[in-house]
Amino acid sequence: MGALFYILIFPGFLFIIFFSLAIEFIDRKIYARLQNRVGPPWFQPLADFIKLLAKEDIVPTASNPKMFKLAPILALTSVITAFLYIPLWKTGALFSFNGDIIVVFYLLTLPTLAFFIGGWYSTSLYARIGSVRCLTQLFAYEVPLFMGILSSALLADTWSLKEMAVFYTQHPWFWMFNLLGFGISLISLLGKLEKVPFDIPEAETEVVAGSFTEYSGRMLAYLRLTLDIEMVVGSVLLALVFFPFGLNINPALGFMLFLLKVLFIISLISLLRTVVARLRIDQMISFCWKYLVPLALLQILVNLILKGTLLK
Amino acid sequence: MLQEVLGSIFKKPATNLYPAQKLEMPDKFRGKLKFYPERCIGCKMCMRDCPTGAITINKLGEGKFEAVIDLSKCIYCAQCVDSCPKKALEATKEVELAQLDKNKLRVVYSSKG
Amino acid sequence: MHNSPDFKIPIGPQHPALKEPESFSVALKGEKILGVDIRLGYNHRGIEKAAEERSYVQDIYLIERVCGICSHSHATCFVQAVEEIAGLAVPARALYIRTIIGELERIHSHLLWLGVAGHEIGFDTLLMYSWRDREVVMDILATITGNRVNYGMNTIGGVRRDIDAPQAEAILNALTILEERTKYYIEIATEETTIIKRLSGVGVLSREDVLRLDAVGPTARASGVKRDVRVDDPYAAYAELSFDVITDNHADVYGRTVVRVKELLESCKIIRQALKNLPQGPIAIRAPRKIPAGEALSRYEAPRGEDVHYVKANGTEKPERVKIRAPTLANVQAVKHMLRDRFLADMPIVVAAIDPCFSCTDRMVALKEQAGGRAKVINWQALHNFSIEWHKQRGIDFAPLNKKLKERLAR
Repeated sequence: MGALFYILIFPGFLFIIFFSLAIEFIDRKIYARLQNRVGPPWFQPLADFIKLLAKEDIVPTASNPKMFKLAPILALTSVITAFLYIPLWKTGALFSFNGDIIVVFYLLTLPTLAFFIGGWYSTSLYARIGSVRCLTQLFAYEVPLFMGILSSALLADTWSLKEMAVFYTQHPWFWMFNLLGFGISLISLLGKLEKVPFDIPEAETEVVAGSFTEYSGRMLAYLRLTLDIEMVVGSVLLALVFFPFGLNINPALGFMLFLLKVLFIISLISLLRTVVARLRIDQMISFCWKYLVPLALLQILVNLILKGTLLK
Repeated sequence: MLQEVLGSIFKKPATNLYPAQKLEMPDKFRGKLKFYPERCIGCKMCMRDCPTGAITINKLGEGKFEAVIDLSKCIYCAQCVDSCPKKALEATKEVELAQLDKNKLRVVYSSKG
Repeated sequence: MHNSPDFKIPIGPQHPALKEPESFSVALKGEKILGVDIRLGYNHRGIEKAAEERSYVQDIYLIERVCGICSHSHATCFVQAVEEIAGLAVPARALYIRTIIGELERIHSHLLWLGVAGHEIGFDTLLMYSWRDREVVMDILATITGNRVNYGMNTIGGVRRDIDAPQAEAILNALTILEERTKYYIEIATEETTIIKRLSGVGVLSREDVLRLDAVGPTARASGVKRDVRVDDPYAAYAELSFDVITDNHADVYGRTVVRVKELLESCKIIRQALKNLPQGPIAIRAPRKIPAGEALSRYEAPRGEDVHYVKANGTEKPERVKIRAPTLANVQAVKHMLRDRFLADMPIVVAAIDPCFSCTDRMVALKEQAGGRAKVINWQALHNFSIEWHKQRGIDFAPLNKKLKERLAR
């Protein structure tokens, strides 16, 4: 009963939907205020979601209807599942085993693949270009993102998010060594979330809406929700991996601290996408491999040295 | 760029929240036309110069005229105001002219009685 | 196989990158553009024909609506042609006021362009900021002319509204704000890393290509061609004002951006001078309703480049022929050239970089059958053959001339 409550209501399914809609609002509001605009009212993301649910679903005749309909559901379920493995404001998560970092990575990569499948099988030209860009981009940001997060796991000497939380609670201030990794992962996360400067797969002025071009109604609502939840999961993951402090304090206080950490990461994301222009796909790939990957290697090297000296 | 962007947080948004906060139109604004029937001499110069044929002057009786202005045709250039030799037409500052009923876009000005 | 396209994607007639309907059919090999086919004519409104059926006074407002952004440019260009035919001496004060409005319009157009360019490269913050600052100049235009767009300022023989002392003061105050903001935009355009990354080296159009393809306006000036009607063939009050023609040697989209932002400062300079030297006197003279027979060609440096109007009068209240050559028509061929071997991602910004205004440009050819008067649309080759036949019937044969030309070219 407890587990069911955990999965379906709090902090599972229901909580994450509303939380991600709230996060979308905060992101849009900060973005607007940074641009000296008023921004949307608080219920805008929810209203958009309900509106899309009420709209007609259109499946292109030339598309493969099965794959076309499967993609959004696959994407949504995988990101929600990923959320269950991440400790939020305690050192424990619902599911945990040695190696769950890999599972979370895998579950976070699935939506990108789902976007590719959905876009490819919708057979629209714009969607196809968007899908191919989706995959091309995946090979660029995934490596620095994983290396950044794994460098932190390396220091904790574990493959489990839960044990990582335990390690950093036992060794406070160790997270300070991982700040470079945080920067790298945050920038790579923008690629995963398809936000400026890495919103190349859905660059509006080039390929309309990329993979999402042919989607409408309920399926578009799911896809948009997927992106929102991905943003929450991504920032929660970064909050846990790079700011793992205050995890075992009073639950109410811990929850507040958790919210603050997520808000901090969300505002950094909003700020970053305010001050840059969209890159071209070739520029994006060379940026990731020329700058982010070497820096991530440096972070790993630093952590290896630390492990050999401080933790002896 | 970063400095400007961060500075914006403390600035008031540049947006005007329109229906709640209305803008003052400038003095030379060319809005809805107003017609003074008592000044009209029926020369119909306004009808001749109107680029869209939005204005019609009808003779009601000796020295009495009415103007029918089709707001959906009017482009608010106020050429008729310039063309009128007796200043019988005037551009007001009225801008909120949208209507759901097309008949309400036809405005008739005629002298009372 | 190497050069055969993978697929052709349609950018337009309906596409988020384009603000107006126009069709670009892009042949792609992966992300690379192999070729572009441009098709005009989706937004044809028949304004030239409509102008022939209205009186000169009515035409001012019609021509003003050729373009929403450079409405003053088109109206002034048309009015200048009519004034030349009628032999009207326009009062100096009217010429100065036209110049001031023209330059304010250039500021508003260039700021608008800067925002659109920002949006095309995914930099929405630049869009929001430059359009916010554009409101300053829009408000000033509204104060002077009574409207934010389609100012209705021109009339044949002068202008319709005067600029009084408080308004001149308001313009000067707005210019101070605008100059400060312009300096900031110059800084952004020349220093912001991601912007430079997206703009430099994109859409290169060499000096030779500009001369060959006859590009105009900032597109030509960014390739180092000093081409500006305000200096080459001064109209209004430009002959009495001193200003620099901004040129740049980058020859790419970056160069076009630099030219435009620097022109903002020049425009501010021109307005300040014009306000200082604003002569006293009437703002308009009475124009006859019937314009005597004659023809005139008028040129005007619109924000997008040289605008040309041709008017033929036949002594009645209505013109016999009005011909408009909007600057985009001169530049649109260059786009095809600029896009060769670029990436799909460069397409929106390269198209935007000529500051296209498609509805001004759109035109079509329709011929009426002599019997029955039914209209039919024919293609270019058929039209070419038709014109040869038409001339032959009237005793003009181009065949020997063409032969001579071919021989000369062969030699």
